[in-house]
Amino acid sequence: MQVNRRLVFKTFAAAGAAAVAKGTAEARVRPTAAPDAMGLLYDTTRCIGCKACVVACRQANDTKPETGNSPGGIWDTPMDLDGDTKTVIRLYKSADGAQWSYFKAQCMQCVDPACTNACMLGALKKRPGEHGIVSYDASKCIGCRYCQMACPFNIPKFQWTSNWPGIVKCELCRHRVQGAALTKSGGFSHYPAGHGPGCAEVCPRQAVIYGTREELLAEAKRRMAESPGRYVDKIYGEFDGGGTQCLYLSHVPFDKLRLPTLSNDPVPDVQQTIQHGIYQGFVAPVALYGLLTAVIWKNRKNPPPSSGAGEKGAPS
Amino acid sequence: MSERAQAVGGPIFTRPVRLFAALFAVGLLMILWRLFAGLGATTALSDGYPWGLWIAFDVVVGTALACGGYAVGLLVYILNRGRYHPLIRPAILTSALGYTIAGISVFLDIGKPWIIWKVPLFVWSWNLNSALLEVALCIMSYMFVLWIELSPAFLEKLAEGPESGVKRFAQKTLPVMDKALLWIMGLGLLLPTMHQSSLGSLMVLSGPKLHPLWWSPFLPLLFLVSCIAMGYAAVVFESTLSTRFFGRRPETEMLAGLSGAMLPVLGGFLVLRFGDLAFRGKLALAFAFSRFALAFWIEIALTALPLVLLAPAARRRDPGNLFRAAMSMMLAGAVYRFNTYLVAYRPFDDVHYFPSVPELLITLGLVSLEIVGYVAIVKLFPIIGGAPERATAHS
Repeated sequence: MQVNRRLVFKTFAAAGAAAVAKGTAEARVRPTAAPDAMGLLYDTTRCIGCKACVVACRQANDTKPETGNSPGGIWDTPMDLDGDTKTVIRLYKSADGAQWSYFKAQCMQCVDPACTNACMLGALKKRPGEHGIVSYDASKCIGCRYCQMACPFNIPKFQWTSNWPGIVKCELCRHRVQGAALTKSGGFSHYPAGHGPGCAEVCPRQAVIYGTREELLAEAKRRMAESPGRYVDKIYGEFDGGGTQCLYLSHVPFDKLRLPTLSNDPVPDVQQTIQHGIYQGFVAPVALYGLLTAVIWKNRKNPPPSSGAGEKGAPS
Repeated sequence: MSERAQAVGGPIFTRPVRLFAALFAVGLLMILWRLFAGLGATTALSDGYPWGLWIAFDVVVGTALACGGYAVGLLVYILNRGRYHPLIRPAILTSALGYTIAGISVFLDIGKPWIIWKVPLFVWSWNLNSALLEVALCIMSYMFVLWIELSPAFLEKLAEGPESGVKRFAQKTLPVMDKALLWIMGLGLLLPTMHQSSLGSLMVLSGPKLHPLWWSPFLPLLFLVSCIAMGYAAVVFESTLSTRFFGRRPETEMLAGLSGAMLPVLGGFLVLRFGDLAFRGKLALAFAFSRFALAFWIEIALTALPLVLLAPAARRRDPGNLFRAAMSMMLAGAVYRFNTYLVAYRPFDDVHYFPSVPELLITLGLVSLEIVGYVAIVKLFPIIGGAPERATAHS
């Protein structure tokens, strides 16, 4: 029995050590942005807060206006993203009012998203041929809301008022493409008018523009070089949380805009490394099952002397 | 000391049981309301706190308290400590009930409960990166495994009944079950190892939103160790109460041994908890003046208390002391898990969550259902041993 127990402990320890060693030795392969990955670039210094983008988003996605916050309920005034709102303009103002900025919130289309690693049936997923957009398939969503728990930007919203609720978030108007050709003009890959992201198409100040991630990064760097000192010296989303396809230029610190301070490691990295370390090829669970069953079998054949008579074979 | 489990007998619907049944009836009304009116109308959940009481308590705490079957199973079947065998059946019963309650809570918590069957059946859609998929599949399977592990208790009763087809079926099935149980027991130990650790992994993904006193790459291991400690504590708790209420001979000798087994588990948890914080350089946060530090020390105090209470071997034979230690341990694990899922979870600084009345009543109702179920099954079927010579029960 002593030998037996020692064997069990040793095997557990060895299996655990192997899993950990494997996990740390070969961290997962980090996804990188494809050359055709598309996104948005938002520039706080250009935005005038007209909210044309919010209206265009409603039209493009056929979402219900949020009138509850306005006196008499006559204006569309969403306070934040919600089950009916995929993009919103928020105002940040410092306590003394000296510093202020608009901010456009919508899905960041992460290069390596937490939500797609959370989703049980792949309702949220980057599907091939969709330019790295994190797309949503309601038929595979049971409404567990783990994506909401996982997203570092708090983007996916739940349809709380519905009794058949799903997740709502920006999908970069992928439903409007409808096979339209992507052509490069003026340095950006664009669809014909009416087929691209609604918000970017209507922006009168080019505060929000769309294109491939590479084009947007080049444009952001061009703007920074053109106006030294105008921006915080960083493109938010270039590396943050493993990088995002929607990028931000700002004249106020990014945390004031409620953008989280993330390391450059992809958000799902640690969890995925652990899970895949343990469950690689499902070898460890199968081995553990075999071991457990073998030990139970052995112990059932050799009950310990202390257990007394009449114990043998007593089921459960 | 060989003692076979026996049905306690006696009336089921005694006064306290009637009270719990009434609480369940209230919970049932709330369940119907939730199903017809939706989550927004009946819960305090929000986009800031998408998971609330049902996930944090009913599932994450509840299944850990239902790890008695797992914890004692490891002791009896793997470490071959046969003398704890009489504790197995009641432990498996509480586990089966606890996991069933958790399953009901998940069903109520998800937005589209009527398509929950897609999770196990849409195999081609399975996202193998999803820790939640693993948890969901494991918990679903383990629920069945537990009831199968318990089935000999039901079959034994049926096999002793009046001559009938049911009796012959039970008599034929029992020996088959005895053989099959080996494979089932293996699953009964594998599945909790997997999903209890994965309940920790779930929150690893929420990294940036979780307070660093709780976020750790060791969450899976911490959750696994905590569920074993909570499982032992739940067994002591359950055994003490059923001894008292069903007039059984106290299992103090056995529980004293069991509590000895808890010490390394608890000590291991504390070493791991502090070692991880020190290693990550976050220990200073525990000495900050914040509600997080307070929550952390409550958790640590509750974990350390049973270590103090149980350290002198002689004190382990004092049933009152044992019971207090077990209570503290259950609370410690519950607070640790609650902290990880709710207190330490900070989507924004201006979002708050406190469960709504229907949420609270449903949880209360489901716990009541568990109590009623336990009493009914224990009285009707051979689950607990230690029947006194004058085999009459009172409650």
